[in-house]
Amino acid sequence: MTGDPNSTQDNLQDIRLGRADRGFVGKIIRLDALVTGSSLSPQELEQRLVEMGFVEGARVEILHEGTIRRDPIAVRVDNITIALRRSEAMSVIVERL
Amino acid sequence: MTAASLRLALVGAPNTGKTSLFNRLTGSTQKVANYPGVTVERKSGGFVTPEGRSVTVLDLPGTYSLRGRSPDEEITRDIVLGRFDGEAVPDLVLCVADATNLRLTLRLVLELKRVGRPMMLVLNMIDIAKRRGVTIDLDRMSQELGLPIVTAVAVRKGGVDELLKRTDEFLARSHEAAASEWTTPTIADLKAAQREADRIIAAAVTLPAKPDTLTSRIDSVVLHPVWGLLVLAVILFVMFQAVFSWAQPAMELLSDSFSALGQLIHGVLPESWSLLQSFLQNGVISGVGSVIVFLPQIIIIFLFILLLEDFGYMARAAFLMDRIMGGAGLHGRAFIPLLSSFACAIPGIMATRVIDNPRDRLTTILIAPLMTCSARIPVYTLIISAFVPATTVWGFVNLQGLVMFGLYAAGITSALTVSAIAKFFLWRDHAPAPFMLELPDYKVPRLRSIALGVFTRAKMFLYRAGTTILSMMVLIWFLASFPQAPAGADGPAINYSFAAMIGHALEPLLRPIGFNWQIAVALIPGMAAREVAVAALGTVYSIEGGKEAADAIGQVLAQKWTLATALSLLVWYIFAPQCASTLAVIRRETGGAKWMVVTFVYMLALAYVASFLTFNLAQALGLH
Repeated sequence: MTGDPNSTQDNLQDIRLGRADRGFVGKIIRLDALVTGSSLSPQELEQRLVEMGFVEGARVEILHEGTIRRDPIAVRVDNITIALRRSEAMSVIVERL
Repeated sequence: MTAASLRLALVGAPNTGKTSLFNRLTGSTQKVANYPGVTVERKSGGFVTPEGRSVTVLDLPGTYSLRGRSPDEEITRDIVLGRFDGEAVPDLVLCVADATNLRLTLRLVLELKRVGRPMMLVLNMIDIAKRRGVTIDLDRMSQELGLPIVTAVAVRKGGVDELLKRTDEFLARSHEAAASEWTTPTIADLKAAQREADRIIAAAVTLPAKPDTLTSRIDSVVLHPVWGLLVLAVILFVMFQAVFSWAQPAMELLSDSFSALGQLIHGVLPESWSLLQSFLQNGVISGVGSVIVFLPQIIIIFLFILLLEDFGYMARAAFLMDRIMGGAGLHGRAFIPLLSSFACAIPGIMATRVIDNPRDRLTTILIAPLMTCSARIPVYTLIISAFVPATTVWGFVNLQGLVMFGLYAAGITSALTVSAIAKFFLWRDHAPAPFMLELPDYKVPRLRSIALGVFTRAKMFLYRAGTTILSMMVLIWFLASFPQAPAGADGPAINYSFAAMIGHALEPLLRPIGFNWQIAVALIPGMAAREVAVAALGTVYSIEGGKEAADAIGQVLAQKWTLATALSLLVWYIFAPQCASTLAVIRRETGGAKWMVVTFVYMLALAYVASFLTFNLAQALGLH
């Protein structure tokens, strides 16, 4: 169980999309839905992320942030734009491009 | 429909223009009903192909997969799989895709293919894709997918000709459905399907070097943390000013026409038929007329909602509002149902089906009736125009519009407060549900589609005016006219009627909040639909004061009520559960009477307390 978001299992260059700033451009390395403040089960959250196009290798870019605590975020995933909360985006592991 | 007609089902992800395609194919033959046992809307229609074959079309709810995580998606899955009782399995599944955005749909296509039904992929909005420089190798894609592909422009005349032709070709051959291999996909299946979809896209689609810059330019303002909220506020403000001022000329015309019609009928009938004269003029024409007068406002509000939805703004509004509504314990997706509730709580409550977390959905259902629905507009308009001068304040703001805006704001504020309280007391321990929403590219609103939507809603409103409201008006007229006053009696005839008896019986309960017995009489039929109260007041006062009063209920009210009473009634209407149909829908949507009773009791209590405070405060301030 990688309960700590900065778990040693993560490579140093790995970033959680939920922590990235506006303007961040990266590539999805994998999904890790164990760490989440979401009410969904990790499995369900991962399935939904995949259904919205968050798959390994996809290019992501944070286009917009909400007003309060910069949440939610609008993310360009390849050629579609998805709005989601940072708590859910924490499950997406990305590397900077 | 004959047994020979082909059954066609439209399946697709949200935002693919599936509804436009459905509208284009079926036009005015559409029927909207509910699936048995559930509250998901069943939209069906029919058309005849160029070669004369009759086809029935079912528009299935939008879905990203067949996993069935919401009632809508379960229906789609079960019908496609032929598991849905009472619904025949479709002969041909038309999977609708947005040609500018194939990624998510192609994965759904691959999933659907495993179901084994005969299937055709429709690449909709091919014109936009071409304009953006997206080129699609249709032969290659068709070969990779193993499916026939047809392009379409649902919003243009003739844009579905090829689809019609291919449907005919399909029908000319005989088809055997393959055995269904479908099982609920695992994460690995989903990922594999997405990889396969991406591979096919890479092989068959050439994307333009630059993405859609217009959408990103608009979004840089509309989704800006500060400007975005400002834009949203301006849109809502313009919407409410428009409802109030643009509709005015049309409303005056309608109201004049109805009173002229009443006069005409009065003149045509012989004087000896005074009871029939009174029934037609005061009961039927002025009753129904005073409700139909609000048609222009209902058209304007639905026009705004449908335009914003078609343009692609609604998802942006949900994005902007998610955190703000989250503070009140609401989901960003609740914004659309709540915004629809400004038109009517019934479609709003039904639209909460997009919220898949049951607790978030229940909270939204509980507060939806607090949003100022269009049925309140007649009541607000009547009282505001009678008691608030039409002056201009701060140089450009219409004071009446400002009061209206205030009433809307009061509804919204109380809804958010109730939601926050519900979250605190009912489900403290529950983590917030996820918010994941596609922000589609902006599109020029499809006027035909919008016109059809506005028309359908206007028809529903008129149908209600013609049935429920008309029968209530006849009942009211009867209550207010019988028993008739004895010959040579003092005072107006209505003082001897059943209506007066009921009103007097309720008066002691309502006196603390400043209501007289006439208001008490009007509130009872107002339970059928809020706007009936206006017509009821008209009937009560016009019969009391003679036919001149019917022309100007407002003027009469201004003479007969104190300002404190008027304000109290306005406040009452913000909160009171004055709509039997809304309560019935809550019962249906929550699967039992419990939440209907909760809604009724909490709204009634809020209304009484708020009106009591308003009336007493206004009296203390000397507003007589």
